[in-house]
Amino acid sequence: MNAQLKPREFPLPSSVKVIPGTERAQAAYPYPVQFAKSDDSKFWFYNSMHFPEPMSAFDMVTAEAAYCALGAANTRVHCLPTTLGIDHRIINGRVYIGGNAVTDPTEIARRTGEFQQRAFYYYANWEKLYAQWKQKMLKLIEDARAMPEPVLPEFEPLENVHAGRGIASNHDLLVTYQQTLEGYFRMWHHHFEFLLLGYGAYLTFFGFCKKAFPEITDQTIARMVAGIDAEIFRPDDELRRLARCAVELEVDQHFRDGATVEEITRSLRAAGAPGHRWLDELQTSRDPWFNINVGDGFYHYHRSWNDDLSMPFAAIPGYARSVRAGESLDRKVEKLREERAQLIADYRELLDNDAERAAYDQMISLAHRVFPYVEGHKFYCEHWYTNLFFNKIRSFGALLSAHGFFASAEDVFHLTHYELEGAIIDLMNAWSAGSDPRGPAHWPPIVAERKAAIAVWAKHETPPALGPIPDVIDDPAIVMLWGITRESLDNWLSAGAGTDSNEVRGFAASSGVVEGIARIVKSVEEIARLQQGDILVCHVTNPTWTPIFQKIRAAVSDIGGSMSHAAIVAREYGLPAVVGTGNATSKIKDGQRIRVDGGRGIVTLLR
Amino acid sequence: MHISWFRDIGLADRPTVGGKGGSLGELQRAGIDVPPGFVVRTSAFEEYLAALEQRSPVRARVAQLAADDLEGMRAAARELRSRFDDTPMPEALAQQILAAYAALGEGGRKVIVAVRSSATTEDSSDASFAGLQDTYLWVMEPDEVLRRIRHCWSSLYSLESLTYRRRQGMPEASVAMAVVVQTMVDARTAGVMFTRSPVTGDRSVIAIEAAWGLGSALVSGEVTPDRWVVAKITGEIPVRDISDKAICHVPAAGGGTEERPVEDAQRRTPCLADEELQSLRAVARKIERHYGQPQDIEWAIERNTQRLLLLQSRPETVWANKEKQAAPKMSDPLLHVMSIFGGQR
Repeated sequence: MNAQLKPREFPLPSSVKVIPGTERAQAAYPYPVQFAKSDDSKFWFYNSMHFPEPMSAFDMVTAEAAYCALGAANTRVHCLPTTLGIDHRIINGRVYIGGNAVTDPTEIARRTGEFQQRAFYYYANWEKLYAQWKQKMLKLIEDARAMPEPVLPEFEPLENVHAGRGIASNHDLLVTYQQTLEGYFRMWHHHFEFLLLGYGAYLTFFGFCKKAFPEITDQTIARMVAGIDAEIFRPDDELRRLARCAVELEVDQHFRDGATVEEITRSLRAAGAPGHRWLDELQTSRDPWFNINVGDGFYHYHRSWNDDLSMPFAAIPGYARSVRAGESLDRKVEKLREERAQLIADYRELLDNDAERAAYDQMISLAHRVFPYVEGHKFYCEHWYTNLFFNKIRSFGALLSAHGFFASAEDVFHLTHYELEGAIIDLMNAWSAGSDPRGPAHWPPIVAERKAAIAVWAKHETPPALGPIPDVIDDPAIVMLWGITRESLDNWLSAGAGTDSNEVRGFAASSGVVEGIARIVKSVEEIARLQQGDILVCHVTNPTWTPIFQKIRAAVSDIGGSMSHAAIVAREYGLPAVVGTGNATSKIKDGQRIRVDGGRGIVTLLR
Repeated sequence: MHISWFRDIGLADRPTVGGKGGSLGELQRAGIDVPPGFVVRTSAFEEYLAALEQRSPVRARVAQLAADDLEGMRAAARELRSRFDDTPMPEALAQQILAAYAALGEGGRKVIVAVRSSATTEDSSDASFAGLQDTYLWVMEPDEVLRRIRHCWSSLYSLESLTYRRRQGMPEASVAMAVVVQTMVDARTAGVMFTRSPVTGDRSVIAIEAAWGLGSALVSGEVTPDRWVVAKITGEIPVRDISDKAICHVPAAGGGTEERPVEDAQRRTPCLADEELQSLRAVARKIERHYGQPQDIEWAIERNTQRLLLLQSRPETVWANKEKQAAPKMSDPLLHVMSIFGGQR
């Protein structure tokens, strides 16, 4: 190998230093997730897909619960032959993860036997198990909703005493907290019950198509497997319904660009019966379909549409204008279904023989069978349940803040979930002792320090990966969930090499070529800056961003593959999209003119 | 009658109109635009050959050549081709051809044609005999048409053709040639397309190569063509290689073609627009469906009308042969699942 072509290497974990001044904030993360010298021999990568921003101490619970459940599913439940679970570490607020491969052939063979008894059973009984899964999830949600609000009355309510309840309200605090946490860990177990098997069915069909049609594009295969009915499309469908309804009731003029939710609601109330009718319709949509976060749901500040109506309200004017212009807002479900069936039939016809056609038929039907889970679980898990969970923690924050622990309820998220239990016990004991809790003197300076650390970490670039580079990455979990291959690592290594090319390359996610003004949207708060006809350039999109696709001409993202949310929605809207570029948000300047070629996965910077 | 119009013939007529003629007729019947023309059937060749044979044997002369007797073949080729050159057609035959040629021109306009060999052994899936016979472009005088037809016939007796036939051990009596006389297309852009990938054999894509002017520059390799890969079903264009096209072939003033430099501004400009790529895709699918197997197609876009015309289509052979030997692929989806999860490789 030419010396100049020798890849640069990723730094060792032990060489990454905690940023000076943030050491105590770093120490808040528990010992198992701190990097140790022994971690130097292993390959790690920064999980920027799920955790693009530094983690506050509490939000770390998501990494902990998710990797716990993912690992259990892979290592112990389905027994994937070549891989166990995923280890995670946190430094400077960033989550690094590393997979544990199985390489011993005897062990792989042993696990293969186990895997086939387990996974094949799931594939064979998918519908039944998925119906059961939905019942479990709905029950879990119901239980979470039924959990009492944390309150500490001055005196125990008389009815409790007369009923001989025998436990006091402070005990309920601890029980509610522990059950809330238990529910969250349980939810993540449910989340991973089908996930890898679902992605595996997708990848099986991908692999088959790539073999049969070596030059087929990923997006064509994605269009064949993409489902049409899934819960995750419902929130956007509800918005369209509400926009149509606003036009029918002639109240759509109340949704002025720039008006606050309160102003709009007030002016609707003032509009009399039609305004009230619309607000009633809004209520029917909200439960459950507005339980959707303006993020992936992995951070406490990814609030739901229900918590903050500004996101759904902002989409109403655009949809209402389309209704007034006589356009149908219905998702063309029948047409999408027909197009998909035609595409599948056309490729089928090109296959060599009937044996191949039989395999193709079975694999596409397997992919379609798993789709409702793969797309649908996000609504129940990452959105609805996560939203209930963070809001319950927020209630504890409000109670603690009322007792002087914090300046604001939101500060609760700067305690780890272990520390929070300690703070609740502190309050519990003080309430029963009739003395003052210790928290008000203890926590405010710590919270201030951790907030400052997050601000520092957010400004600090972090390496995309750490440790020795593996020759091949064939961990199916990592390839499926993060799209990381040896090739993408080489791209990461060359990204910082001072290339002055005016191109950004990624996955060709949705065909078409357009030019326009790039709008860099780094967080949900910046969505309002998008003008009609802009090109969205973002880190990653999620289902709540769907309504903004009516405004944009094309989408470019740093993270994601051909089955990512941005790719799926862009294809439905017929917009060009390039995803998984790695560095579009840093390489493209806000306001810059760019050309997006979604068929080739190339973004050209024009000036 | 020794003349057949394209509209009246199809692949089944190959024994009498040759592979190229049969294919052009078949295409026209399938509703594909081809430049108008007719075929001088093998019976014309037979009549002419009979006239030649009256003086001294032709077929018997070839049949006695040994496959490894290169010198003998060289001498036979030289002798036989000069006999074709020196012997005019029987008058009645010449009149039939000239009448058809005149009918090609509307309103007495002198029509410019391509005169192309259409051998009965050519263009079949199992013997890629292409390129061994001659084609004459841009022929514009009646006498010249007759002369070029004789040249096509005599190309059966070129050294290459003789060598090929003797090595394959083909019986001489079965060797005959039809000749296609077809209106010439003054191409703005011309090229070839395969209805499967020449690189991977992928049947879901169409590989298109094209250059400015007549297709001869591309076929002869004198210019590096622009190259596209178009997805057959979806029309996506995942590959676009635009090359530096230094020269092109254009019709010469006095007949024939000539090489000309391409203007600087045009050299690196794609010689096909996206809509034209999509029209090619549509035609390719139609032809492939018609024949029921992947095709190798020559086409041109007429300079004045911008009309897409098909010049030739024949079955793709390279991948078709490879596939025959390919091992059967596994059809159990759960085994495919295992290849993803890594238990079995």
